[in-house]
Amino acid sequence: MDLKTSYMGLDLSSPLVPGASPLTGDVDSCKQLEDVGAAALVLPSLFQEQIMHESEEYSRRMTEGTESFSEALTYFPNFDEGFIGPESYLEHIRKVKEAVDIPVIASLNGITTGGWVDYSCLMIEAGADALELNIYFLPTDTNMTSGAVEKLYSSILLETKLAIKAPIAVKISPYFSALANMVKQLDDDGADGVVLFNRFYQPDIDLENLEVVPNLVMSTPFANRTSLRWIAVLFGHIDASLAASQGIHTHEDVLKMVMAGADITQVTACLLKNGIPWLGTMLADLTKWMEEKEYESIEQMKGSLSQKSVADPGTGQLHEGPPLLVARLFSGPA
Amino acid sequence: MSSAPNVVTIEGNEAAARVAYKVSEVIAIYPITPSSGMGEMADAWAADDLPNIWGTVPLVVEMQSEGGAAGAVHGSLQTGALTTTFTASQGLLLMLPNMFKIAGELTSAVFHVSARSVSAQALSIFGDHSDVMAARSTGWGLLASASIQEIHDMALIASAATLEARIPFIHFFDGFRSSHEVMKIEEISEEIIRGMIDSEFVRAHKDRALSPEHPVLRGTAQNPDVFFQARETVNPYYAACPGIVQKAMDRFAELTGRSYHLFDYVGPADAERVIVLMASGAETVEETVNYLNGTMDENVGVLKVRCYRPFSMEHFVKALPATVKKIAVLDRTKEPGSLGEPLYQDVVTAVVQGLSTGTTPFTEMPVITGGRYGLSSKEFTPAMVKGIYDELKKDTPKNNFTVGIHDDLSGSNLEWDPAFSTEPDEVFRGLFYGLGADGTVGANKNSIKIIGEETENFAQGYFVYDSKKAGSTTVSHLRFGKNPIHSTYLIDKANFIAIHQEQFFEKFEPLAKAVPGATLLINSTTPTDQIWDSLPRTTQEQIIEKGIAVWAIDGYKVARENNMGARVNTIMQTCFFAISGILPREEAIQKIKDTIKKTYGMKGEAVVKQNYAAVDDTLENLHQVEIGDTVTSTRERKPIVPDHAPEFVKNVTAEIIAGRGDDLPTSLLPADGTYPLSTTKWEKRNIAQEVPVWDTELCIQCNKCVMLCPHATIRAKVFDPKYLEGAPESFKSTEVKGRGFPEGWLYTLQNAAEDCTGCGVCVDICPAKNKAEPKFKAVNMEPQQPIREAEIANWNHFLDIPDYDRTALKTHLVKESQLLEPLFEFSGACAGCGETPYVKLLTQLFGDRSIIANATGCSSIWGGNLPTTPYAMNREGRGPAWSNSLFEDNAEFGFGMRLATDKQNEYARELVSDLAGELGQELADGLLNANQSDEAGINDQRQRIAKLREVLGGSSDPKAGELLVVADYLVQRSIWIVGGDGWAYDIGYGGLDHVLASGRNVNVLVLDTEVYSNTGGQASKSTPRGAVAKFAAAGKPLPKKDLGMITMTYGNIYVAQVAMGANDSQCLKAFLEADAYPGPSLIIAYSHCIAHGVDMTTGMTHQNDAVNSGHWPLYRFDPNLTEQGRNPLQLDSKAPSIPFEEYAYKETRFKMLTKSKPERAKMLLEQAQDDVNRKWAQYEKLAAETDTKEED
Repeated sequence: MDLKTSYMGLDLSSPLVPGASPLTGDVDSCKQLEDVGAAALVLPSLFQEQIMHESEEYSRRMTEGTESFSEALTYFPNFDEGFIGPESYLEHIRKVKEAVDIPVIASLNGITTGGWVDYSCLMIEAGADALELNIYFLPTDTNMTSGAVEKLYSSILLETKLAIKAPIAVKISPYFSALANMVKQLDDDGADGVVLFNRFYQPDIDLENLEVVPNLVMSTPFANRTSLRWIAVLFGHIDASLAASQGIHTHEDVLKMVMAGADITQVTACLLKNGIPWLGTMLADLTKWMEEKEYESIEQMKGSLSQKSVADPGTGQLHEGPPLLVARLFSGPA
Repeated sequence: MSSAPNVVTIEGNEAAARVAYKVSEVIAIYPITPSSGMGEMADAWAADDLPNIWGTVPLVVEMQSEGGAAGAVHGSLQTGALTTTFTASQGLLLMLPNMFKIAGELTSAVFHVSARSVSAQALSIFGDHSDVMAARSTGWGLLASASIQEIHDMALIASAATLEARIPFIHFFDGFRSSHEVMKIEEISEEIIRGMIDSEFVRAHKDRALSPEHPVLRGTAQNPDVFFQARETVNPYYAACPGIVQKAMDRFAELTGRSYHLFDYVGPADAERVIVLMASGAETVEETVNYLNGTMDENVGVLKVRCYRPFSMEHFVKALPATVKKIAVLDRTKEPGSLGEPLYQDVVTAVVQGLSTGTTPFTEMPVITGGRYGLSSKEFTPAMVKGIYDELKKDTPKNNFTVGIHDDLSGSNLEWDPAFSTEPDEVFRGLFYGLGADGTVGANKNSIKIIGEETENFAQGYFVYDSKKAGSTTVSHLRFGKNPIHSTYLIDKANFIAIHQEQFFEKFEPLAKAVPGATLLINSTTPTDQIWDSLPRTTQEQIIEKGIAVWAIDGYKVARENNMGARVNTIMQTCFFAISGILPREEAIQKIKDTIKKTYGMKGEAVVKQNYAAVDDTLENLHQVEIGDTVTSTRERKPIVPDHAPEFVKNVTAEIIAGRGDDLPTSLLPADGTYPLSTTKWEKRNIAQEVPVWDTELCIQCNKCVMLCPHATIRAKVFDPKYLEGAPESFKSTEVKGRGFPEGWLYTLQNAAEDCTGCGVCVDICPAKNKAEPKFKAVNMEPQQPIREAEIANWNHFLDIPDYDRTALKTHLVKESQLLEPLFEFSGACAGCGETPYVKLLTQLFGDRSIIANATGCSSIWGGNLPTTPYAMNREGRGPAWSNSLFEDNAEFGFGMRLATDKQNEYARELVSDLAGELGQELADGLLNANQSDEAGINDQRQRIAKLREVLGGSSDPKAGELLVVADYLVQRSIWIVGGDGWAYDIGYGGLDHVLASGRNVNVLVLDTEVYSNTGGQASKSTPRGAVAKFAAAGKPLPKKDLGMITMTYGNIYVAQVAMGANDSQCLKAFLEADAYPGPSLIIAYSHCIAHGVDMTTGMTHQNDAVNSGHWPLYRFDPNLTEQGRNPLQLDSKAPSIPFEEYAYKETRFKMLTKSKPERAKMLLEQAQDDVNRKWAQYEKLAAETDTKEED
């Protein structure tokens, strides 16, 4: 069975790519993922904000109380080894690259233009085959317009594209007024791939202590419907590759995403839940299903149930009959 | 000579450690101020795999005490390794027994000692020679260094000489003045070190090592027949030693161009008056000699003693000018009861012996006087030196004199003219006043490095700190100049003064030390055009009179805008370079940025960029201030203490607070080191930016904030409403909640705003939240300044309200226990300290009948460092009697207190029995059988003693007189032995174990911070696995010692492990049970610490994490229960509910290893989790053992 797919110009053995998670943050796990058939790896995101926060926090703690009292001018030994910065992440890229043969995609969440560009360059220098810009941005400013938000996304991509030659995917959230246009804009700006979608940490409220607390719930199979819709909508309208993220738990989810138009599917929560061998199971089930249904290749089914495929390609008008319902589902409220 | 030497700007400790490290194979270390830095550097270098000159990394090992270090050094030397250690003061004294052995066995070794006062009437961390002088009889050589360059050089000369001479050497230099002075010096290259260390002698040292390949026996026991002769066998070695040292000095001169002699004379060949001394003071005398001879046409000289032991009479007398008529010998030590101090006696002996053998260059006996100077780093200035030379002009100059103090008791001191100065005008002399928290010292250290290493200038920096750990003031003394700097004294005449915190203007006159034409730099929030008017009257006067140029910046604003909090260091450093013109502006800014990169690079790009931005923003915010023509200000400084303060406080304490302690005469100071209690309350430091403000509506009156407040500033009272009379309008109160209090009584929670540190612990732990806006609690932080005056009035009124009757309180309840008056308040501990709440609780519960033996450490510093003490008395004048003996002996010290108490109680009881007739049987029985298990019982006993005094007051029976002396012992006393983990787990463990095993009724409180906090965070055996600490720079590889478990094995010792922030009720219970238990008790108290790298505001809630992770299980082991047939161990915390990682990685001490050594961090974390699991399983099993009573 030909499971091969192409993602941002990278030739992959299948559309099953472990997404950013603690599993890809561990070199041994990365090796195991390759062994069970992972086509590529997306490493966990490097968060510039976290580095900056750590740096400031570390500096504060290391200097607190120092040079104040004769007997204790400092409280910690000199720190000449290692430092607060991207180095441990870059070292991880280097180690993973040494350990596996499949493509390695580094993921970055920056907060300053300089941060996006500098860290991207460092990641590519460290050996990453491609980058995923995980633009984890919540426009909470009530004065910020949707146009400004979209411009911000574009500018991050453009600046980074100028700095590096390697393929770049942009991972976005679904929270745009005109999502299709936003993706088109990214496509025009040179994005090599678009990943739909990232998941924000959701707030929760601790009723006992009256505190707002972060709460990350792992995705369920139902979480893939939004991605499914937008991949189906976007397929054929942009040059960039499409990656489906969220809620890919079984081979059936993979099949659905590919049929909607995804080039790859990022598998995360189910691996954390079921363990690394689950990827092999998904791959085997995928192959078996395709054999049973007599498919020849992934490419054959890619986009076969996208909006473009089920709508009238000439007029954009929807066909009558059952496909119409599907197209409406992809297009919006019935 | 080799190639051009590398120039480095380092402090004395580093100058010694660099050489010591390079020529050692084994280094045994133990922390003690001011030598700790040497061990810390050695440990850090070893962790970084830095090799010695033989290409191997020295083995650096921390021991449990200096005694232990000396033993390890002895063993290592005997087994062939080149071995060293670093120490000072009491540490050196603990090494003495081994030092006799090491010298007696003719073993090559060097100890590097930053000489420090030995505790006498008080402890002092500062420098003098009382420690090294106590080691004179050990047979070790003594080599003194006077400057940072000399420290570097002599460290090597000593190391070279000892190998050939086989006489071990103490290489010493003055603690703080030299150990902590930063100076530009020429670094000795490894090539030169190799050139000095003769491999033949190294081989010989190793050949003498104990080895089963060629076994010998060393360390015999000898009898009267041979011991004496055998002791005399070493004489030839001592005779040869001075020559060997000089040879090493000569060789060193060949290699470096720096020439030294056993005794170096500076001055004209025909001088008649000569001062003899050693170490850093010699630099000041040399500077003065040059000035007096050059400018004032005097004819004086100085003889610097470098090799003090073995003392070479021959070399000494030859070094003196033939014309010498009068010699003043200066000793930086005191030997009470002697005819003179050690160096004086040696000089007298040498001169007499020289004259009698005809080896002196003079033929007549000169007048020789001896004097003491500079004890405990007392200033020793050119003015004092001139005073000595002037005294020598007299026909009969004063002998056994002192200089530098006003001794109105004995009249020993020489007079000196404080206005006399030798400081050349061309030397830049800057004084920088800052707070510890603002980074002033760090910035100045960087400035010295820039100027020292990037310009031709010579550079010197010395830093003075006050005794407080929170809100401490720092003064940086910086000198730069084209010529070498010999000024080993503080700057008294500055041409640049920087005030980094504007509140200093309220406290002292900063321009008193400014010379005419000086520059003043002010950090102030006041707009530049209003600064002149904002200055105090005296400051304006100084500015006009001295023609001082004034510059100002709002550094707080620049810091705030760059997210740097209170740290104005980089900003003020930039201002300094911009104004001083030491370097061209652009160049200076680039150098500052380079230094920022070096200093903060490891802390991450964000911090580097922040500092860069601050530098860039600084110049546009720096402005020159327009000076008025006349004095316009009417602002006067407040008196240091109010007029109603006690006389001692006004005459002594206030003077020390004001920084005028140097001027106090001997007659005003207690002769035996005894000081009054309750003095912190006079200090009113006003260091908090924000203070807690009470919300009466929201408060549930739980009193947790009162219990957990580390500084005893937030307090509660329940009182009759009549006491509201005369209360300030802003005084708050509300109806008291809870049963048991009289109907209609009120409750007030009041903070002492002027004494509060603003740590915020009270807010963090407050459980009451505003339902509409949960960010507000029953106490909330608000700016101090606007409410200061109102809060002062409120606090004063609060103090006037009587405390609730302690006999009516249910003290086993947290809420009611916190209505007990704390007899410990406003200590100088770190803001948010984790230790002090336990001590405060101790004083609330038992303070009026307790004696505290306090081990040296943080608790002895915030408890007993002048000028003030936090221990306090109640209205009846009772309170904790407190004393500190040493570090290592505290358990025994407290044990002695118990013995004395028990004996005198026994005697009192005997006398009561004997005098029962006179007292009346009922009173006698009452006194002898009193139930003192609660406050009411103790109160009743006090009443009986009062009655006893009344009855026996007029008695003529001698026994009655004796009973009156000891009657107070009939009240049950609570003896507390308090100290940190360094004491309890390490240096004092042997004694602690013995005392606990004694069965006597002592209570031990271990304030467990899991490091040596007071000396800057060195690892102890309490340090948990995986934590980074000094002496464990690569993360502690072994688990924490379980002191509680070890102690429980005795079975008859009450043991409790507590964490007040996790369970205040369990903690309270443990204290009450420990006191009530008639045998020994041990409480191990988790004390979060600044050395953990935690946010001190949330330290108490962090204690909860420690407990929830299982790192710190709470328990009580009560032997009383065993007697009742029950399991004595009760676990008071639940099974771990969070992984160890979740607790540990909130702390920098654990987290930093993930950055420096990620793989090792991961490994140690896994092992630490195993430690937790294993320990918990063990405790759970023990606690689950069925009560035998139940089985029955």
